[in-house]
Amino acid sequence: MSAGKGAGRRADRAAPGHALVGTGALIRLILRRDRFILPIWVLLIAVMPATFVSSFRELYPTDADRLRWAATSGTNPTFLALYGPLHGTDVGALAAQRAGFLPVIVGLICAFTVIRHTRAEEEAGRRELLGATVLGRGAPLAAALAVAMAASLALGALTAAGMIAQDVSVAGAVAFGLQLAMAGCVFAAVAGVAAQLTEGSRAARGIATAVLGAAFVVRMAADVGGQGNGLQWLSWLSPLGWGTRLAPFGDERWWVLLLGAALTAVLVAAAGTLSGRRDVAAGILPPTLGAAEAPAYLSGPVGLAWRLHSRPLYGWLAGFAALGVVYGGVADGADDLVKDNPDLEEIMARLGGQTSILDAYFASSMTIVGLIAAGYAVSAALRMRAEETSLHAEPVLATAVGRVRWSCAHLLFALLGPALGLAVAGAATGLTHGLISGDAGDWLPRITGAAMAQLPAVWLVTAVAVALFGLAPRLTGAIWGVFGAVALITLFGPALRLNQWVQDVSPFTHIPKLPGNEVSAAPLVWLAAIAAVAAAAGLGGFRRRDLSLG
Amino acid sequence: MTQHDTFPIEVSGLVKTFGRTRALDGLDLTVRAGEVHGFLGPNGSGKSTTIRILLGLLRADGGTARLLGGDPWKDATRLHRRLAYVPGDVTLWPNLSGGEIIDLLGRLRGGLDRRRRDELLERFELDPKKKGRAYSKGNRQKVGLVAALASNVEMLILDEPTSGLDPLMEEVFQQCIREERDRGRTVLLSSHILSEVEALCDRVTIIRKGRTVETGALADLRHLTRTSIDAELAAAPDGLSDLPAVHDLRVDGHRVRCEVDTADLDEVLRLLTSLGVRSLTSRPPTLEELFLRHYQDEMPQAVTR
Repeated sequence: MSAGKGAGRRADRAAPGHALVGTGALIRLILRRDRFILPIWVLLIAVMPATFVSSFRELYPTDADRLRWAATSGTNPTFLALYGPLHGTDVGALAAQRAGFLPVIVGLICAFTVIRHTRAEEEAGRRELLGATVLGRGAPLAAALAVAMAASLALGALTAAGMIAQDVSVAGAVAFGLQLAMAGCVFAAVAGVAAQLTEGSRAARGIATAVLGAAFVVRMAADVGGQGNGLQWLSWLSPLGWGTRLAPFGDERWWVLLLGAALTAVLVAAAGTLSGRRDVAAGILPPTLGAAEAPAYLSGPVGLAWRLHSRPLYGWLAGFAALGVVYGGVADGADDLVKDNPDLEEIMARLGGQTSILDAYFASSMTIVGLIAAGYAVSAALRMRAEETSLHAEPVLATAVGRVRWSCAHLLFALLGPALGLAVAGAATGLTHGLISGDAGDWLPRITGAAMAQLPAVWLVTAVAVALFGLAPRLTGAIWGVFGAVALITLFGPALRLNQWVQDVSPFTHIPKLPGNEVSAAPLVWLAAIAAVAAAAGLGGFRRRDLSLG
Repeated sequence: MTQHDTFPIEVSGLVKTFGRTRALDGLDLTVRAGEVHGFLGPNGSGKSTTIRILLGLLRADGGTARLLGGDPWKDATRLHRRLAYVPGDVTLWPNLSGGEIIDLLGRLRGGLDRRRRDELLERFELDPKKKGRAYSKGNRQKVGLVAALASNVEMLILDEPTSGLDPLMEEVFQQCIREERDRGRTVLLSSHILSEVEALCDRVTIIRKGRTVETGALADLRHLTRTSIDAELAAAPDGLSDLPAVHDLRVDGHRVRCEVDTADLDEVLRLLTSLGVRSLTSRPPTLEELFLRHYQDEMPQAVTR
């Protein structure tokens, strides 16, 4: 309470248009709205590095083990590209490198948080409602940035504390925590600027993501060649590169943090200036106009579904392709990794069930690809529910379009989109590994087939979403819980030696481990049949129920 | 002529419950072919629920509803070819332009009159190139209206269609609805803007808490209510207060003001003329008074005076 009141009192005395009046009240509003999601992501990410420390300690107990790791996997070009350089050979350094993808994730979450509470609010018109109260024009931006940056710093502190509790170097742990915090603050500020530029939140998110992507690519190019390569100077051009230059668990260069602080300050100032110069709900960049008339294809539910699903589809396909290239690229590294460590070999074989390490690696990779495809399928299927509750479906279903036809148009994307995604991921993996190993003609069909084999399990998850949508519409969101359970069972069930019937709950348990195993059609056919029944039940339920029209 | 040609909407005893709330509690509604039918009621009285049942978006729990001779639930898609609907809150897809949405909805209904579409865009001063997210509330409503009015359909179902329109656009809307009536289209117009209903509707149905409380031609309904009389008499108005048709009598010397049951106007006027009338103004009831009378018990004391 005190922050908001204090700001209000100051405003009474000073100029009435004080730009930051009401920031405290808005911070409380954001915290109230994000009271679940904010602590969840902060904790989830903060726990990861500590988990890596303990698992590295378990897998590589001796100095010799770790030296071997450092000489092989730790300096493998793909690992260097994905995670960044390795700064030492103690468990802290190993864990910090392995957690090298976290700054990207923290940056992304912070950027989205800022846009969600600034541009998205303006777009929804809620900003206008608040703007008419005693609220400075800079307050929404200041509040969103304050929350995102405070969350970044809290995350940094918790990460450091978690790692210190695992008994690693205090300086290294603090440096790594600050690396995460710096990424969060810088990209929150980047999003603060992006939110001023466009009228639509989607476009603002696109700009922020593109900047983050560019920073990642530059960091990757700088690190892929290993220590002392000619491109290393590039990392000074990328805020993510600064994080690696900070060298946690190496010779910590603390002054690098000043770069992050300075860039954050410059971006925040820029965002504040831009925000002060524009109208509420307007963007600095002119809004794009659409066509005055609908193109010929936009004349039925499928045309409409295409317009709604095509952009996410392109995004997911790009992601699947990138993932495939990574999986194909690290395949040799995985081979090295296992050579170093017989325990890991056993775990891999348990996961994949194969004798060939490479096959086991690809099989477990394709299972993960399958899970991601299921995530995409769920999000595409949930679009139906979103269309319904946002009242977009109401005028459409009041035309000559029947409910089943309307649902099937969306399902087309929820079923075929993931199929395409699996094909792309499988082909990219097979092709990349094939080009590296010089046998693309063999690996391309092999891995593409392995990826496509996941499809019946993916479809079953989609079908459960459809069943919930049709039969228990209020519980449609629970599909994410189902998805989470399936993912956990699939990823950790075999390693934890969970009861077989628990493991059988996940449809992915029933998919043959490919490549390197016999293909049996029966489970695939069964899964597809169950999926068909569940989806049909869902559609039947949707045909009979009331629309949720608020 | 078959039954549904004369009565495109026939609803009787309609019941709909949402959990414990009884949104519709035996509602009746009959709309004649070719008329503009006003559907009146305060917020939450069940107008939108009735319309959504008629559109097959919700399923009735009891009573019967016939739309264009068919079952609104079972024959939904077949019936929807013949009508256009504008919801009270038009929500647009953020990444589709207004023009695209108009064309899409028209095509989904089975056809759009291109000339009329362009003419309506001009009359409503709507820019079809803007993206859905960029329109104001009034402009979103216009997108829905243009899409409906330009469709080749025999019936329009409009749920508070003018919310957010400015008075100039309200006037354009009223002209358009008159044109629709002249073309012989049936219009169900749900509204709580009484002047709009008074200006446009042939018949009205007034509902309250999910029940029909009054229905009929506007002219007939006026008979059911009271006329205001303000008269200057030659003598003191003795005997006026004895007449049961006289209400709210206020006497100030020889001047009287009162409300009279319109059906018994004759009797009151006879008494007044027998006393000698110096001046007389009488005002017929407005729809507003009609409306307020039905909701009096829900209103705060100050307003019912």
